[in-house]
Amino acid sequence: MSDIVLQIDGIEVTANEKMTVLEAAQKAGISIPTLCHHEKLEPYGACRLCIVELESRGRSRLVVSCLYPVEKGLVVKTRSEKVDRIRKMILELLLSHAPDAFDLQDLAREYGADKYRFAKEPSFCVHCGLCVRYCAEVKKKEAIGFVNRGTKREISFIPEIASKECWSCKECFPLCPTEALQAAYVLAKAIAFPATAE
Amino acid sequence: MERINSANELEALRKSILSSRDTNKPCITICSGSACHASGSKEVAARIEEEIAEQGLSDKVDVRKTGCHGFCEKGPIIVIHPEKICYFQIKPEDVTEIISETIIGKKIIERLLYTDPATNEKIIYESEIPFYKNQERLVFGSNGSIDPKNLDDYLAIGGYAALAKVLFQMTPDQVVEEVKQSNLRGRGGGGFPAGSKWEGSRNAPGDIKYVIVNADEGDPGAYMDRSLLEGNPHSVLEGLTIGAYAVGSHEGYIYVRQEYPLAVENVTIAIKQAEEYGLLGKNILGSGFDFTVKVHMGAGAFVCGESTALMTALEGRAGEPRPKYIRSNVKGLWNRPSVLNNVETWSNVPLIINKGADWFTSFGTESSKGTKIFSVVGKINNTGLVEVPMGMTLRDIIYNIGGGIPGGKKFKAVQTGGPSGGCLPEGLLDLQVGFDELTKAGSMMGSGGMIVLDEDTCMVDVARYFLEFLTDESCGKCVPCREGIRQMLQTLTNITQGRGKEGDIELLEELAETAQEAALCALGKSAPNPFLSTLKYFRDEYEAHIKEKRCPALSCKELIAFYIDPEKCRACSICARKCPSNAIIGGKNLIHMVDQEKCTKCGTCFEVCPPRFRAVKKISGEPVPDPIPEEARIIVRGGKKNE
Repeated sequence: MSDIVLQIDGIEVTANEKMTVLEAAQKAGISIPTLCHHEKLEPYGACRLCIVELESRGRSRLVVSCLYPVEKGLVVKTRSEKVDRIRKMILELLLSHAPDAFDLQDLAREYGADKYRFAKEPSFCVHCGLCVRYCAEVKKKEAIGFVNRGTKREISFIPEIASKECWSCKECFPLCPTEALQAAYVLAKAIAFPATAE
Repeated sequence: MERINSANELEALRKSILSSRDTNKPCITICSGSACHASGSKEVAARIEEEIAEQGLSDKVDVRKTGCHGFCEKGPIIVIHPEKICYFQIKPEDVTEIISETIIGKKIIERLLYTDPATNEKIIYESEIPFYKNQERLVFGSNGSIDPKNLDDYLAIGGYAALAKVLFQMTPDQVVEEVKQSNLRGRGGGGFPAGSKWEGSRNAPGDIKYVIVNADEGDPGAYMDRSLLEGNPHSVLEGLTIGAYAVGSHEGYIYVRQEYPLAVENVTIAIKQAEEYGLLGKNILGSGFDFTVKVHMGAGAFVCGESTALMTALEGRAGEPRPKYIRSNVKGLWNRPSVLNNVETWSNVPLIINKGADWFTSFGTESSKGTKIFSVVGKINNTGLVEVPMGMTLRDIIYNIGGGIPGGKKFKAVQTGGPSGGCLPEGLLDLQVGFDELTKAGSMMGSGGMIVLDEDTCMVDVARYFLEFLTDESCGKCVPCREGIRQMLQTLTNITQGRGKEGDIELLEELAETAQEAALCALGKSAPNPFLSTLKYFRDEYEAHIKEKRCPALSCKELIAFYIDPEKCRACSICARKCPSNAIIGGKNLIHMVDQEKCTKCGTCFEVCPPRFRAVKKISGEPVPDPIPEEARIIVRGGKKNE
């Protein structure tokens, strides 16, 4: 396995060829904000918060660093006017659902995001999929999944599996970037009222 | 049917099919595509068969149920061969007369002919009707002459000759090279060069490779892929098999929408027939090349037209786009090299092989070669499918072929490229249609949807409509699309309902940037196009809605009012009788008035007011004039009024 040298925020970083830009940055101690990333899970690319600017072959473009593989000679900028503007917008969009989530508030402060920019529509879930993916990839239980699509998409426990597996596990609860209470609520609802749970 | 075991046997079969067919024998072809089915072609076909049997003509007249002829506005369509007499909008009642007059008596029935609206002349032959005359139907043309359920019909017009040619006379590399030389670009939306895609897959490591037909056509108002798959499924299969040979694939999939039952049926029959003839399956035409095709039905998700979402769905998982930065021709279906092209792209392949890349590149513009099928719908006289050489102007398509705008209305814009496309204004009517030309103008080719809009269409509402469609169809995985276009829709809805405020345009622009730059897949990245293109060309309409609460097209319900002009009303009472919500204050010989409290703005009064009065007005952005006093409402007949 050969090492690849790239530049992140002006610093030369050595990474192995299987790494993503995000992993290379983390290894070099350069912070890039993430919501849906988890080191134990496959990259997912849903929150788009880890977006960075790339320069290669004289062209500049935006990619999400959790998915983009390192390349020799790549020049990465983790902050730019455009990157910051997009991160701010993403945070504002998510804050309309979970205005009091600590993780989001910390990031909002850093990027100057206004949590009241969009009408509040509390639903807690920001669709990072950490619970769904952790249950499937790490625990291999698939007790929770996404149902529906688009704006109607939500997480849902599968009562038949959840009633057997979840009470003794609950490892997905602390992963949730918005509220652990959310997961508890959705789980209790699914088990208590399997017919009405969507 | 015995298997065909060589190219020579194929040619021999073709000759025997042709020699068994008498070209002078009368043949009635009847369009049996979905659009004509909807207008009653099944009943007409049944009547024709009945009538022919009753008159004892079964041996003397052939009846062929073909695919879509394209001129859907005038369906059901029949063509009588060998003269090629075209009759339109046929009803079962017309059939007896057609058989006795035209088939037996060799006389034309005037009333069933096409009438040219410009000259009022009756036109007998398809080739002389402006709708057909101005097209170049290379891909779509055979639809009207073959029965899609009968492989012999396809063989009779030279079918599978291209496949035999590649299998016995060309190496896979030569096939890839020919397609590259033709500069065939993907007809499904992206316009990516098919030859390069094939080459990438051919060169990618791995023994197992796939070729896939994208028949998940989901754009509102677009149905060219459906009509091709319904009407000429073997052309798609032949193209796909040629592609499989070129990239080294032995397994193919047709991903077709469940909402296209006739396409599913016809392509399934076509696969079975091709297998029986030895044109698919093991050892095709005795060449040693194996290739099988499976049909997979989609479950009604627009996003599955996106190539990686389609592959995820084929794998049996929820149709969500794949996040990886790697091309699917290298790592696609089950992480194996996979070439995905749309129906029309595959259909072009046999033509290119038969006639050569030089012939193909003689059609089109610098960067867009060949022809393109468009579904021309909306406010247009000749709704239907048209195939034109790339580079034809929008004006020629809309006016020469499409016959212009109905009802004497003014053209306002044409929306191209499906829901993520854009709206182009009158000033761009002379734009040549091509991949790069349309993109540069702020719209796109997409898969060939073309929706014509007239002066009564509100452009803000058009943007809102498409964003609503996309909000419904977003898979919901990434934030810029799920949340971003939801907020765009909310803001656009506010604007069309009179709740727009200063800063809304800027907010929409910011949301648009986030989606374009940060969304996961092409659906999200292109979702802002309907807004951006209407803003670019019709900014004044956005500003009128926001600043003056006025809808210039008089279309947005919340921003308009209906009002009866007292100077013009003659108290005919038609509006009062027709109003579904009793909102017309009428009375004999009294000038009528609209009760604004009760009015639901359905527009009935506006439509029924006799043209000689035109008393009902739509107004927007101005207060409704006060009701006139009771005594001023009296109309005195026979001279003066209001006295």
